[in-house]
Amino acid sequence: MDPALKIVIADENPVRAAILADGLREAGYTQVTRIDEMTNLLARIYTLDPDVILIDLENPSRDVLAQMFQVSRAVRRPIAMFVDQSDAAAIEAAVDAGVSAYIVDGLKKERIKGILDLCISRFNAFARLKDELERAQTALGERKVIDRAKGILMNLKAISEAEAYALLRKTAMNEGKKIADVAQSVVTAAELLK
Amino acid sequence: MSQVSMRIGFIPLVDAAALLIAVDKGFAAEEGLAVELMREVSWSNVRDKLNIGLFDAAHLLAPLAIASSLGVGHVRVPLLAPFMLGLNGNAITVSPELYDALAATATGDLSDPLVSARALSGVVAERRRGGAEPLTFGMTFPFSTHNYQLRLWLAAGGVDPDEDVRLVVLPPPYMVDSLASHQVDGFCVGAPWNSVAVGLGIGRIVHFGCDIVARSPEKVLAVRAAWAADRPGVLERLLRALDRAAKFINDPATEVEVVGLLAAPNRVGVDPDIIRGTLNGRMPVALGGDPRFSVDYILIGRSGAARPDPAHAAWLYAQMVRWNQTAWSPDLLAAAKACFRPDLYDAALGGSARTRSSPEHFDSVGAFAGPPFDPDDVPGYVEAVRSRER
Repeated sequence: MDPALKIVIADENPVRAAILADGLREAGYTQVTRIDEMTNLLARIYTLDPDVILIDLENPSRDVLAQMFQVSRAVRRPIAMFVDQSDAAAIEAAVDAGVSAYIVDGLKKERIKGILDLCISRFNAFARLKDELERAQTALGERKVIDRAKGILMNLKAISEAEAYALLRKTAMNEGKKIADVAQSVVTAAELLK
Repeated sequence: MSQVSMRIGFIPLVDAAALLIAVDKGFAAEEGLAVELMREVSWSNVRDKLNIGLFDAAHLLAPLAIASSLGVGHVRVPLLAPFMLGLNGNAITVSPELYDALAATATGDLSDPLVSARALSGVVAERRRGGAEPLTFGMTFPFSTHNYQLRLWLAAGGVDPDEDVRLVVLPPPYMVDSLASHQVDGFCVGAPWNSVAVGLGIGRIVHFGCDIVARSPEKVLAVRAAWAADRPGVLERLLRALDRAAKFINDPATEVEVVGLLAAPNRVGVDPDIIRGTLNGRMPVALGGDPRFSVDYILIGRSGAARPDPAHAAWLYAQMVRWNQTAWSPDLLAAAKACFRPDLYDAALGGSARTRSSPEHFDSVGAFAGPPFDPDDVPGYVEAVRSRER
């Protein structure tokens, strides 16, 4: 652990960036800065002069960082990608998690191994969280549409709620569809026939 | 024939056309390939996902395939390019202000790249005298023809691309905004972004890429060498599907269908008119102006464009050496040439697919300035280029 390392997180997703920054601070890294606006990314990075840059793979500005490998007037401190032939597993895990790490040239790779591991686990945790949230939202949306379809059927056919649900379920089974899809068709048809 | 599943990465650009059509028109499926196209946001992602095996193949910048094979700027993973997805297709666009400054400085016709390059040199010197900030130009990646074409043009007029101006990497979708907000004064990028800038009246196309380099090796279909060695039959099937797609794209009768497939939101996802103009090499270079036409604007499959030429790989390696991205060595040159594989192309498509590059570009690239390129004498070429600029 190396609290003196200056770490920059470039991520347009504020929630994920916050989760990662918190994780790094908890682990004892005190100099963590977030960049969430990608205009003039290089200039921002040079102003911060970090030792380590973490960037998410959904970010088109990742290619901007490729410029920092070059020796030119625009580049003040060469940056290397966190790779070498021996790190294949670490790189795969990082790409899989959706994150990439860049370090200043000359920095010992062992010094950032812990940062990358933390990064991978936080990115994976965020992805799981997002999945769960999406599943919960889908489930909620499905329940709403089924409720609306039941209401339509109850009105139209003068049946009870239990009968309306049974009708949706039977139709779904016969047509090999999800109940929510049949319910959506009922709602759509009702809208059209209004 | 057994069904084979593949994942192929691409960046939403018109020169991914042969790959996109091969899949969306069903040519790949007819070869028994179930291809899942993976749209990506950066070349770094495409390279990394190809290198670690998340992708089986990818639409890739030709110089980046070589850089990866040589281990320049990144971990070394040998890649092969058995099919050129496109030659040419870029353009250099500048802000209206810079265009006016060039026009005021030029001695001759600005459509001549030597005239425009010298005019630019005059503008650069004038700005330096006035204490103005250096001009800034955007390009898409350090290992890209956009970078090399821009540098070739700048250097031909006596501008040092590393000292006299700033060259910055910008993701293509940000080019137009950056020009509008004056963060850059010009850029070199592929379709559709030049036309988008022209359409908004914030940019003028000064040159088509083919004015700078007549046959520029732009994008390849790249696969890992190890992957290809394990699956020669699969690669052949993929190349046959790409070849059919390239022929389909060049058939005038299919234009509407091709443009429609490419314009889909999950593919290139831009205005069909821009895609049509790009494929036909016909586009306005200034807002409200008449379109300019060049038969060589973009070459997908025609004029022998799809068959990889090791001389092109040597030329790209020479650009890397010339701009100090890597060192000269005969071994690196050999590795770069070995990346482009006409033999695999011929094996899959038969000798009949072979067509020689057009004879007027005897050095197989046809740069507008500098010494002719000799793939067997890269050090001599680099020395000759550098001595002209001293």
